[in-house]
Amino acid sequence: MSTIESKETHLPVYTAKDFTTDQDVRWCPGCGDYAVLSAMRKAMPDIGRKKEDVVFVSGIGCAARFPYYMDTYGMHSIHGRALAVATGVKCANPDLAVNVVSGDGDLFSIGGNHTIHTMRRNLDISIFLLNNKIYGLTKGQYSPTSEEGKITPSTPVGSIDHPVNPIAVSVAAGCSFIARGIDVDMKGLDHLIKRAMAHKGTSFVEVYQDCNIFNHKAWWYASQKETRSETTIELTHGEPLVFGSQQDKGIRLVGVRPEVVTIGQNGVGMDDLLVHDEADLNLAYIYSQMAHPEFPEPIGVLHADPSKPTYNELLHEQIESSKQSGRNMDLQTLVTGNESWEVH
Amino acid sequence: MASDQLIEKPISTLETVVIRFCGDSGDGMQLTGGQFAETSALFGNDFATFPDFPAEIRAPKGTTFGVSGFQLQFSSSDIYTPGDRVNAIVAMNPAGLKVNLPDVEPGGIVIVNEDEFTKVNLSKCGYPDGYNPLEDDQIASTYNLVKVPMSRMTKESLADSGMGAKDINKCRNMFALGIVYWLYERPVDATKSYLIQKFEKKKGLPKIAEINIRALEAGYYFGETTELFASRYRVPPAKQEPGTYRQISGNEATVLGLVTAAQKAQKPLTYASYPITPASNVLHGLSNLKRFGIKTIQSEDEIAAICTAIGASFAGDIGVTGTSGPGLALKGEALGLAMMLELPLVVVDVQRSGPATGMPTKTEQADLLQAMFGRHCESPVIVVAPRSPAECFNIAIEAVRLSIKYMCPVIYLSDGYIANGAEPWKVPDVSSIPAIEIAHPTMADIPDGGFKPYERNSETLARQWAIPGTEGLEHRVGSLEKEAESGNVSYDPDNHDAMVRVRAEKVARAAESIPPLEVNGETSGETLILGWGGTYGSITTAVRELRNAGHQVSSAHLQYLNPFPSNTEEVLRSFKRVIIPEINLGQLSLLIRSKFLINTIGINIVKGQPFKVETLVEEIKEAMNS
Repeated sequence: MSTIESKETHLPVYTAKDFTTDQDVRWCPGCGDYAVLSAMRKAMPDIGRKKEDVVFVSGIGCAARFPYYMDTYGMHSIHGRALAVATGVKCANPDLAVNVVSGDGDLFSIGGNHTIHTMRRNLDISIFLLNNKIYGLTKGQYSPTSEEGKITPSTPVGSIDHPVNPIAVSVAAGCSFIARGIDVDMKGLDHLIKRAMAHKGTSFVEVYQDCNIFNHKAWWYASQKETRSETTIELTHGEPLVFGSQQDKGIRLVGVRPEVVTIGQNGVGMDDLLVHDEADLNLAYIYSQMAHPEFPEPIGVLHADPSKPTYNELLHEQIESSKQSGRNMDLQTLVTGNESWEVH
Repeated sequence: MASDQLIEKPISTLETVVIRFCGDSGDGMQLTGGQFAETSALFGNDFATFPDFPAEIRAPKGTTFGVSGFQLQFSSSDIYTPGDRVNAIVAMNPAGLKVNLPDVEPGGIVIVNEDEFTKVNLSKCGYPDGYNPLEDDQIASTYNLVKVPMSRMTKESLADSGMGAKDINKCRNMFALGIVYWLYERPVDATKSYLIQKFEKKKGLPKIAEINIRALEAGYYFGETTELFASRYRVPPAKQEPGTYRQISGNEATVLGLVTAAQKAQKPLTYASYPITPASNVLHGLSNLKRFGIKTIQSEDEIAAICTAIGASFAGDIGVTGTSGPGLALKGEALGLAMMLELPLVVVDVQRSGPATGMPTKTEQADLLQAMFGRHCESPVIVVAPRSPAECFNIAIEAVRLSIKYMCPVIYLSDGYIANGAEPWKVPDVSSIPAIEIAHPTMADIPDGGFKPYERNSETLARQWAIPGTEGLEHRVGSLEKEAESGNVSYDPDNHDAMVRVRAEKVARAAESIPPLEVNGETSGETLILGWGGTYGSITTAVRELRNAGHQVSSAHLQYLNPFPSNTEEVLRSFKRVIIPEINLGQLSLLIRSKFLINTIGINIVKGQPFKVETLVEEIKEAMNS
């Protein structure tokens, strides 16, 4: 790390190494978490924050070991509670850049309640869901995002649970920034991490992450070069939804239903395609319903609304305005109350 | 009616009176009782109050389970409880009378709103068909029954006010209050200004203030003119230490204690809580104190609340959460986390009757073992318990101080009785309260670099509280076992054994920082009554009565439960017999027996009510003969 004095911020010039702890990373070789960790370390020097002002909080699970490997402040908490802890950190010190990294079990099963409430409050933190659709650390039981019929040690004849849709939940909870990325897509992840951290409000990034031990290739269709151009669709604000190895397919809306069309066939032109608008929460809901294999799955920033006030901002505004009123600020007066009497 | 027609009533002087107001939960009994307490405080009496209300906000009208009561003892001498036997009762309806009459002493004054004793109402509260307690000869001969047509007289006195029947009806409690103000020689002024403040100034309803005041005065004049009372009663002011006094309830004192602690530590305080009876008004109270840098967060659940408090502490605020027994159970895992992280955290538990939902508005002392052991694995925390409403102030400050000094969670066990009960409190000079020292390390404190987050203070064994935002001290804490000093994840068997022991030893060392256990009475002898928490008033009064009757008995009261004060064993061993009254089935007894191998005799009554002094006296006598 070298320090250059930039005009305003005195921000040191960091490299990924400055965000790397001396702890051995203990994920299984080949785990998708490595890629996300690497992307995170590489993105951090560019987010414009001093490393002492960055906090990573996690719950429990494979992904939740993340904070131990980031040389910032960090807390590995208990199962499901990362967001509740992060709420306290951010409210105590809103100047900190607070991030939560956890898995699908942590954020959508045992901690699902906190996910909904953090999002609706619009606490200014970034949430990274490493979704591998399986319980890794407890050896392979199905998770809330596992598909129906999943055969696992706890569901030997197939899971009878309908999976939760993390993006749809985020939309319903009014999350102000919703994005989706893929573990092996380093460039895409780098972009999403920086966008998420720059967003004012709750940022939610779902990362398709491969558990190569218990749920290998769960996202293969979306992550492999050979198939991804047909199975995913990269969203760009203001641009029509086009995909396919020949960029010849698109998504058009029929009423409120998306439909895959081939450009140039049946009179379909570029003008007929749905145009991505990050500000439109309704579109994010439509994207949440586009699932493989019927649809290409949307990747990128699905929704971003920076106008919504944040919880921590409102909390501190209330405190500051009552301090500024300058009334009844004396502790002795408070303790004495206004119904006291004298005994002589 | 001209005053010259009045026959001056005789006045009897009494040392102490216990009065109870009761009626439907919508009858305004808590307000009425609260006003009587306020007026008695200003009059100079010592007093203690006991609000007793149902969990249902507006239970079906006229039913016994919808009865709300407010008891108050006021005295010209020192008192510690709201009293056992009721000397005078005001019953606004038949259900109130039915529920509360058994507590009234024979010969006691029973003032009823006779207009409410209709056939329908009598049947609603389950009296047999055709029975009316007001016509029961036995009741009339046992008590001094005073039947007042309060509804009708309130209506008549406000007939020309131009207000609707609904508003007028709501003034009945003020009419009743007026009668007892006259009966006990209390001035109406304080309540008049209260009504003006409440309705006219705050709510902009001057007409409502006016009719309430008129009803209050009408009740007072009714007392003066009626022939129904043979005498008035005088309870002279108590001799009190000079100073400024106020009335305070336990939850109010907890709020003030937490704010004062934050100010003394020069720290913001974050209070995260999920509403739960009887702890909610701690959340309400603190929410009104934003100007003192208090952040309150109404969390989505009990677990979120404690985790948010832990996060706040990690980031450098004083993290506090509040709850009652069921919520403490939900917080158990996170308490283990806070204990493992070694961060300051205060958990306020205002105990209530349980288990499960139990009797949420009733008191109990049965969370002691949960506070001590209600977590997985070896996870001792500091446990404190205020003994009275006013003492909540000091013990809340102590909870924050100990939590910071030892970098350890502190559970603060209040209870529904002291939380809602009120007493006069000599207001402390806050400038005389010592500062709470906090030293967050900075890079300058780590000259060689290489900050070790789990390096310990050799005296207290506390680790340093390094907070995010501090350059060069970046570190990770977590729920996995940590290597001594470095705090890195460790599965080393010897390290785990050492860490389990050092965390326990740290809590044990807090004994060096807490005051010794004091003995009331002789410091050695036959019998010691040992109590803890909210039973102080009842035990102290019972022991005083026993001593006045010539019994050799002393008492001691624990406000620090873990660790115990360092002289605890010495105190207990100075007596042949240790009797422990508790509102549970013997939880402190279990702790004392296992820790000191000292035999104890328990007095255990779990009725959702504070101990009656009378009962305690009898039980102690019996235990002394065993």
